[in-house]
Amino acid sequence: MENVGMDWAAIQTVVWTLIKILALVVPLMLGVAYLTYAERKIIGWMQVRIGPNRVGFQGLLQPIADAVKLLMKEIIIPSGASRGLFILGPILAIAPALAAWAVIPFTDTLVLANINAGLLYVMAITSMGVYGVIIAGWASNSKYAFLGAMRSAAQIVSYEIAMGFALVGVLMAAQSLNLSDIVHGQSGGWWHWYIWPLFPLFVVYLISGVAETNRAPFDVAEGESEIVAGFHVEYSGMAFAVFFLAEYANMILIAALTTLMFLGGWLSPVGFLPDGIVWWLLKTGFVLFLFLWFRATFPRYRYDQIMRLGWKVFIPITLVWIIVVGGMMQTPYGYLFH
Amino acid sequence: MTYTTAIFYFFAAILVFAGLRVITARNPVHAALYLVLAFFTAAGLWMLLEAEFLAITLVLVYVGAVMVLFLFVVMMLDINLEKLREGFWDYLPLAGFVAVLLVIEMALILGSRHFGLEVMGAPASHAADYSNTKELGRVLYTEYVYAFELAAVILLVAIVAAIALTLRRRKDSKYIDPAEQVKVKRNDRLRIVKMQATQRPGAGEGGA
Repeated sequence: MENVGMDWAAIQTVVWTLIKILALVVPLMLGVAYLTYAERKIIGWMQVRIGPNRVGFQGLLQPIADAVKLLMKEIIIPSGASRGLFILGPILAIAPALAAWAVIPFTDTLVLANINAGLLYVMAITSMGVYGVIIAGWASNSKYAFLGAMRSAAQIVSYEIAMGFALVGVLMAAQSLNLSDIVHGQSGGWWHWYIWPLFPLFVVYLISGVAETNRAPFDVAEGESEIVAGFHVEYSGMAFAVFFLAEYANMILIAALTTLMFLGGWLSPVGFLPDGIVWWLLKTGFVLFLFLWFRATFPRYRYDQIMRLGWKVFIPITLVWIIVVGGMMQTPYGYLFH
Repeated sequence: MTYTTAIFYFFAAILVFAGLRVITARNPVHAALYLVLAFFTAAGLWMLLEAEFLAITLVLVYVGAVMVLFLFVVMMLDINLEKLREGFWDYLPLAGFVAVLLVIEMALILGSRHFGLEVMGAPASHAADYSNTKELGRVLYTEYVYAFELAAVILLVAIVAAIALTLRRRKDSKYIDPAEQVKVKRNDRLRIVKMQATQRPGAGEGGA
């Protein structure tokens, strides 16, 4: 009988965890849907256009209409495609984008899994996102898709290194891999946030984040003017929409990580206002706005310039700043870097 | 059978299957992807051993970087399987000998005489807040610091050698120096010419 009791406890844990995952993924998907709306509106305003305004009040139901349209469309599998891998591609793109959210804390207590190697976990999981792109590009059996996949592979591997070094700086300052502890290390007002002592790393991380998510001006994997739509040119309907979802979920993830590691997460900027999830949402929203702003402002990088920026500019900057941080910590001014 | 044992066998089954497919899959890209699956499952097994740092690093380094480059190369190769299979029977005796050697080595290691539970007991399990990462770092930079530095230097030499061997400067391709591009001022490229406005010949006659 004792065993049965144990099983019940186990089942309860599993069901409870599933409910929590659902409570995380549903708002995330809504966030993705309305991020696309915000993107179209904001870029519209920046380019002196109106943006979507037909479906619902001020076009607010546009993302829902888009989702329904994509769901109803036929998924075409090219006859020359590698069938199994063609279907696996979008799945491998979205799975890491969602799985990484497991360790993201929203407040002190609101976190799905508060593990002590959270930062490493996020890096490892997000580094797998590139497989979706590569497999999709290869399985499509199309030149354009394949070129997109190759570009994406080289780009993501290059920028991951700079990103990892930027995180090493955060790790040195916080002396912990736990994301909640990293936020706690920044408590005490906006001048305690890691953005100030680690400013070069913040810039490198943010720009590498844009490159990692294949967003403009680093979107050579799609590059519609040269390789049509890159890796997802052969995808239609919901299979295409899944790539889209993954890209936007990754964008929100990078924005959330930037918030947690450099902008103090849920901490309020000044002492007299209470901490809370509101600050988390505001800061993440601001970083997301930067993503959209970049897209509306900068022309696409040329491929060799992307590689140069990643290897010859960002990696040396991060390495130098890690040495600066490490050296300064040995001096009496070390407290500035904690 | 406890929960963790069940998970172990589940992962182990996937790992063995993926490992088998790596060598039996006809398409090299499929084989490389099975190797990715094998690495990922192995990381799961390491996680069961409470080696979370190593498990996550395995995914980060091997799955996230090494195998991506591996796939990159394999996808670009034009591999003719028929040609690869030609010498199968010729090489079989040598391959068989190596395989037998491997089995003997594994039997020596995995046999219970030297590494059984009596000789090497299971390590004590740690509390949830025990940081494997911190412990590894401490050991690596204190007790094994010379070996660690030595390994790092050897790797650095390998990197430099690989680059030096493959670097070739081509005279016939155009290089762009971004520093020079950035340095350009308006006056280097653009000349503003002031011209007098002139009347178009023929205009003003018919209109008036």
